[in-house]
Formats: sequence, structure tokens, C-alpha cells
Amino acid sequence: MQDLMTVVDWSRWQFALTAVYHWLFVPLTLGLALIVAIMESIYMRTKSTVWLRTTKFWMTLFGINFAIGVATGLILEFEFGTNWSNYSWFVGDIFGAPLAIEGLLAFFMEATFVAVMFFGWKRVSPRFHLVSTWLTCIGASISALWILVANAWMQYPAGMEFDPAQMRNVMVDFGSLFSGIAINKFFHATLSGWVLAAVFVIAVSSWMLFKERNRRFASRSIKVAAWVGLAGIILTSWTGDGSAVEVARHQPMKLAAMEGLYNGHKPQAISAVALLNPNKRWDNNEPEYLFDISIPHGLSILAKHDANAFVPGIADIINGVEINAEGDTINTVSYAQRIAIGKEAQQYLRDYDNARKAADTLAMTQASTSLKETFKYFGYGYLDSVDEAIPPVALTFYAFRVMVIGGGWLLLFFIIVLICIYRNRWMQDSHLMQWICFLTLPIVYLVSQAGWIVAEVGRQPWTVQDLLPRSAAISNISASSVVITFWMFAIIFTILLIAEISIMCRQISRGSKTNFDKV
Amino acid sequence: MSIINNIWRLYFDGFREMSSLGRKLWILILIKLFIFFFIIKLFFFPNLLERDYDTDEERAQAVRTHLSVPDSPQPFNLDN
Repeated sequence: MQDLMTVVDWSRWQFALTAVYHWLFVPLTLGLALIVAIMESIYMRTKSTVWLRTTKFWMTLFGINFAIGVATGLILEFEFGTNWSNYSWFVGDIFGAPLAIEGLLAFFMEATFVAVMFFGWKRVSPRFHLVSTWLTCIGASISALWILVANAWMQYPAGMEFDPAQMRNVMVDFGSLFSGIAINKFFHATLSGWVLAAVFVIAVSSWMLFKERNRRFASRSIKVAAWVGLAGIILTSWTGDGSAVEVARHQPMKLAAMEGLYNGHKPQAISAVALLNPNKRWDNNEPEYLFDISIPHGLSILAKHDANAFVPGIADIINGVEINAEGDTINTVSYAQRIAIGKEAQQYLRDYDNARKAADTLAMTQASTSLKETFKYFGYGYLDSVDEAIPPVALTFYAFRVMVIGGGWLLLFFIIVLICIYRNRWMQDSHLMQWICFLTLPIVYLVSQAGWIVAEVGRQPWTVQDLLPRSAAISNISASSVVITFWMFAIIFTILLIAEISIMCRQISRGSKTNFDKV
Repeated sequence: MSIINNIWRLYFDGFREMSSLGRKLWILILIKLFIFFFIIKLFFFPNLLERDYDTDEERAQAVRTHLSVPDSPQPFNLDN
């Protein structure tokens, strides 16, 4: 068991490492594709060579990021088959279908039109080139859609039935893949890419202003990026609100962890700034926070869109306590009961297996029917205690605050940048403002990664919510083999990141020495 | 036929006239794909169920055994 935990832990670290690195490249591709498409559209409208040069410069940086980032996500699929073989079999075509569509349709669409973007300037008509740029942008987003739909299904498995004969979940309703969680996740993640790319463009442009090079080019770029960023952060906040409601509905434990909330109230405040009490457990009477500044009714509004709604805490969820809209306390299924039902479901699966070996069709049908009735809590059968069902509260809690507080700063940042760039010459002349723009670049990456930490750490211990915990999803492989490949990936991805940064910096430096402002 | 020819010319001329940056990026992409598919995938990341079982029925049985009796050792191993 100890070795199994090590394998699970190393496999999780490996998956986290590759996902984090992959997500360094993806949002910049998503957002920069849009910014380049907008710039090329302006060029088509104005026919100004200044805009053509602006478009080509950012398109080159898009190309560098695309080339270095492409296929980094494939590693995650390799890991499914080796480290998480039970999981990859269990999810069946539910997970396979979106990934296959992503590979066949979206990626090829994206790759085809990327070629036209870079090779087609003198070989296709300007209009066709513009269409290709937009299709690259749309293709990248569609590509993200399928990945995020697959991820959302893991958070809220719907539209499938478990078949004990195949030992897989079989898709019965394709439309259910597009749940509220999936739609919000798609827009939230994609729009956050707009925000990240906008900050990237503003930071690079600010460097040119700092160096007093290509000032008109930099100002033009900042204007486009700041508008994209402002639209992006407003829409990201909106979809974040939608995500919170969906999480409250389908993953209340994750919401409770995001808030470090153990005992819910009606109405429930939200802690704006707080320090968690490390000694707090779900079954003791320690205070939740050592220090906190709360906003009354905040979490009720955020999670339920009702200022007086009850929001359950970790202890409430474990004990199966809920308060309905009328204020009556109602009992839901406690975690102890879920574990018992899960173990019962496992017994039905064993019964099915024995009946199958004995070729007893009637017993197979009976076991299958009983399994279907208890399958909702199948995964809880792998837990030995309710404590195992609680995600890491501190990491989820602080990552959520980094995301929200950072997001708040980004909203303010884009407003300030727009005021500075339009109303006076602060942006062009103020080194302080330019420094703020540089420093916001690491912040936006941190915020972007924090969002994924909330989404993925907050849903632990599940690989598929309520159905398959990570301890059951793992393969029987040695920890040492995972350790070796972990460090191998760490080295490969670090080299790729260094290559990205150095090639980008060289290209930006070279670009800054070119006179983009000549008419 | 002329459409196919145009597509061919787009790629052929595109690669031929590519800038040094473009060439560098393509070399990087090819090295990366080689490492991913011919080293990492081949030697370190086999699909265990695909490798160790011939039919889907056998794969399903292996997963069923493991998931219905959680403490049972899986019948496949990376060291096989």
C-alpha cells in the first residue's frame, strides 16, 4: 500500500508537471491567435503597411509559441495509458471520442491554416489569408473545446452508462458532454487565454517603449491588446461566476475546500482575505481561520445566486446535512453511507464476475441491475475513511485567492492601461507604468496556473468524480519508473521553455531594431 | 488538379523559402516529435493493457479483477 501511494503520488506529480508546462504554451496560442486576427483585419480595412508589419511581428511570436508548444499535450495521453491504465479503460469512449475529434478535426484544421498563415502571404489572396488566420484562431479554440469537454466529464460524469461486461462507461447521450460545467470551463479557460496573451503583448510593447523604439507600433499593439484583455477579463469573470454555481451544484466538496469552509451557514459569508487554521479538521471544534476579513452573504450569492442560501461546509457534506430554500434541514447521503454503498457496488461487480465465469446469465443480469442502482457511489467503495474524500484544503483555498485577487488586479490593469494609452502619454513616457506592465506578465501566468490548481486539486481524490478515485485508477507499475520519467519530463520541458524564452527574446530584440513605424 | 498543384506549391515554396527562424523551429518540432514518439512513447510509455492483452475481453477482465478486488495485484506490470 505504501508503494502504491508512492506510485500514485509520483504519477500525480508527473501529470501535474506536464499539465502545468503544457498550459504555459496553450493560453498564449489561444489569445495571440485572436490578437493577430484582429490586427490583420485592421490591416485589411486600412491597407496600411504599418498594420501589416505589426501583424507579421506578432504572428512570428505566435508561430514560435505554437511550434514549441505543439504536441506537449500528447505526453498527458501517454501517461493515461501507462500510469493510469485502469482509468483510461474505465472512461472508455466518453473520454476517447472528444480527444479523437480534437485530434482529427480541430488540430488538422488548425495545422492546415497555420501553414497558409505563414506560407501564404504572397501565394493566396489577402482575403483568403485573413480567413485562414481567423480559422487558425477558431481551430485552436475548437481544439481546446474538446479537451475541456473531456476534462469537464471527469468533474461531472454524465451521458453514460457503466457496462460491467466491457468494464467501461458507454456513451448514451453525446449532448450530455456539453454540461454547464463543460460550457463554463471552455469559455473560462479560453477567455483566460485572451487575457494572458493581451498582457504578453502589452508587456513586450512596453519593453519597446522603455527602450524608446517603435513607439507608434507599441502604442498600436497595446491598444488592441488592452481591449482584448479587458473584454477577456470581464467575460472570464462572468464565466467564473457560472463555474462557481456549477461547482456548488455538482462538486460541493470542491467549493467548500475553495473557501476553507467546514461548517456552512445560512446565509454564508465569503472570506476575502484569510489565513487558514492548520489544526482545523472536519471533526474538531477549532476555528476555520486564524484571521479573516469576510464579506457577508458573499458565498451564498457566489454559489447559489441567492443572498440567503445555505452553503454546506466540509463537515456538513460529510455528515450529509443540507438546508433547503425553505430553511428546513434535510439529510442527504452521508459520506459514511456512500462508502458503504460503494463497497456494496464492488460486491455486485464481484458477483457479476463470478456469474460470468459460471456462465450464469440470470445472476449476471441481477448483479448488473444491482450495480447500476448503486453505481452513483461506486468510487467511494475504495475509500477506507471519510478523510480520504477531502481534497487538500489549503492548496485549493490559497490557489483560489491567487486566481481571484490576481483576476481583480488584471481588470484594474487593463482599465489603467487603456486610460494611459488614450488619455495622455503616461504609457509612452512613464517608466513606472512600463515596469507595471512587465511585472504583470508573471502575475498573469501565475493566475492562469492557479485556476487549474483550483480545478484539479479541488476535485481530489477523484479522477472521475464519485466513480473512480486515483488509488483505483493507477496502474501497477514501479514508483522508480515514474520517478525516472518525471525527471526526464522535467528536463525536456525545461529545455523547451528555455528555447521558447530565448527564441522569443531574440525575435523581440530583433523586431525592436526594425523600424515598424515607417509609413 | 490545379487546386492540388496550388496546395503543393504553397507547401513546397513555403518550406523552400522559409526564414532561418522557421527552419530552426521546424528542426525543434522534429526533434521534439522524435523524442516523444520514438523514445518516450516506445521505451517508457507503453499502453499496458494494449501490450499485455490481445483482446478487449481480456483487457476488460483484467480491469474488472483489479477494480472488483482492489487489493488484488494487477496481472500486468511495467517490468514484464
